[in-house]
Amino acid sequence: MNLTTLRVGFVPLLDMAPIVIAHEMGFAQAEGLELRLTRAPSWSSLRDMLLWGQVDAAQMLAPVPVAMALGLGGAVARLDILQVISINGDVIGVSQNIAKRLRHMGHDFGFSDARRARDDLIGAVDGPLRIGVPFPFSTHVELVSYWLRNTGITFELCTIPPPRMADALAAGEIDAFCVGEPWGSVAVELGAGVLLLPSRAIWAVAPEKVLAARHDWIEDNPALTGCLMRAIWRAAKWLSVPENRSIASDILSRSDYVNAPLDVVDRALRGEMVISAQGDLRRVPDMIRFFDGAASFPWRSQAAWFAAQMAARNGLDLGRSLEAAKAICRTDLYRENLRSAGADLPGASEKLEGALHHPTAVSSERGTMILPIDQFFDGKIFDPSAH
Amino acid sequence: MKLHIVIVEQDEARAKLVMESLHPLGHQVTVVSEVSGLARRVRDIAPDVVLIEMSNPSRDSLEEMALASDPMARPVAFFVDRTDRDLTQQAIEAGVSAYVVDGLQPERVASVMDAAIARFQMFRRMRTELETTRRALEERKLIDRAKGILMKARGIGEDEAYALLRRTAMDQGRKVADIAAALVTAAGLLS
Repeated sequence: MNLTTLRVGFVPLLDMAPIVIAHEMGFAQAEGLELRLTRAPSWSSLRDMLLWGQVDAAQMLAPVPVAMALGLGGAVARLDILQVISINGDVIGVSQNIAKRLRHMGHDFGFSDARRARDDLIGAVDGPLRIGVPFPFSTHVELVSYWLRNTGITFELCTIPPPRMADALAAGEIDAFCVGEPWGSVAVELGAGVLLLPSRAIWAVAPEKVLAARHDWIEDNPALTGCLMRAIWRAAKWLSVPENRSIASDILSRSDYVNAPLDVVDRALRGEMVISAQGDLRRVPDMIRFFDGAASFPWRSQAAWFAAQMAARNGLDLGRSLEAAKAICRTDLYRENLRSAGADLPGASEKLEGALHHPTAVSSERGTMILPIDQFFDGKIFDPSAH
Repeated sequence: MKLHIVIVEQDEARAKLVMESLHPLGHQVTVVSEVSGLARRVRDIAPDVVLIEMSNPSRDSLEEMALASDPMARPVAFFVDRTDRDLTQQAIEAGVSAYVVDGLQPERVASVMDAAIARFQMFRRMRTELETTRRALEERKLIDRAKGILMKARGIGEDEAYALLRRTAMDQGRKVADIAAALVTAAGLLS
């Protein structure tokens, strides 16, 4: 069979798993694709490679295409969100110094209660808090800003490449971080810090990475787009089988992919988080999710939530921002391309965010869709059509 | 008007080469080699143009400056905002990215970029050549070891051993180095 070469860019993180698995486990080949995976040194470089045609598609921070749709940060072309690659998967960690003060105050490091962690953190810091994040447009920035807003705590977000996060914390450049796994666990491993929260404690279904491509490329290559979407969707399905996780960890930890210790990658994938150098273990259900609960569906309401946060911070018109964000979520292509692969499709393409207090069955084509808890830590509900 | 240009580069020799290419244009050039606190350092210097290699992972730290809304900070535009698509494409292919203060005349930026692009293209070429040389050396070493193994095992001379390797490679439609590698691995397993 003649394979069509597609160039797909990535940044070394656990959440690139569906792309790597699509390549390594033959899901791409089955669709007639030969994926040429290109590792990018930074998010800005990956964005530029995508914008300027050096890669055809890429793993991308979910807020990046949204920001570009809002005209923030130098938009030269429209990027579309084809599907979500991963849900959750980030951790918030603090320096040993702050961890010591938190312990002194009686914080339990329960690793689940974002409200308590926040209130204790306010008591534990006396000056402005410098928090490392991987990129100015990222789920990390949005979650941390949402978590700490209106608390009186002053914080400064510092952009630091994920593989450097542990060193930056150890060197005192930052006091805390929010970073994708395995880089938070690597900081624990090196004794640089202690983990305080998984990102899902702030929002239980925060979309983390998406599969993005240029709008014009998608228009010019509808068949290839479909093949790529199916290959990555099937890889995500494969990843949702617990028995496959150790193979996945093996592949991901390799030096040409994430390049991190195997056991650290494995633990993060299983949600068995070691939060301190003393070896305190916390089990986090849904630490990172690729497939179950319609994880890969590009909900317009999720992009709209990001747009609402960015619009508020940058003084943009809310209504226009929400519409712009929703327009780049290609729920149309998701339905068209993944129906034949066996994906169950929701009746609606947007929903209230934060309204589900327990797993809930929702209307879908096959009638098998159960959406997981999607709460925000403060109990607020986001209505994507209210503005 | 003299421009103040910052080059972010950890390798001193390379930084010097970029500086040398920009000095004739009459600009002031500062090299920042430390990646920790990069954004703050660059903000303190307040340059007109920042040049950084695309492969530098700390490039993301500069992105936040492009978004600085602080009225005291100098707004910095990312180079792809510019209308000159050709120049941007060339820059990306050469592996250099630039951040430019808003409102700077495009022609002034273009001359800086031309010089920078030429230098970074040279770096890229040098890196490819280095890689080719390194591989050739490794292959040579492998072939020498394979020859040694053959000479010892079959009691033949060096020329004959090499001829045997070549013939086998030709018969199988593979490279001499590949055959040598297979032989060295096999010999390692058998010993």
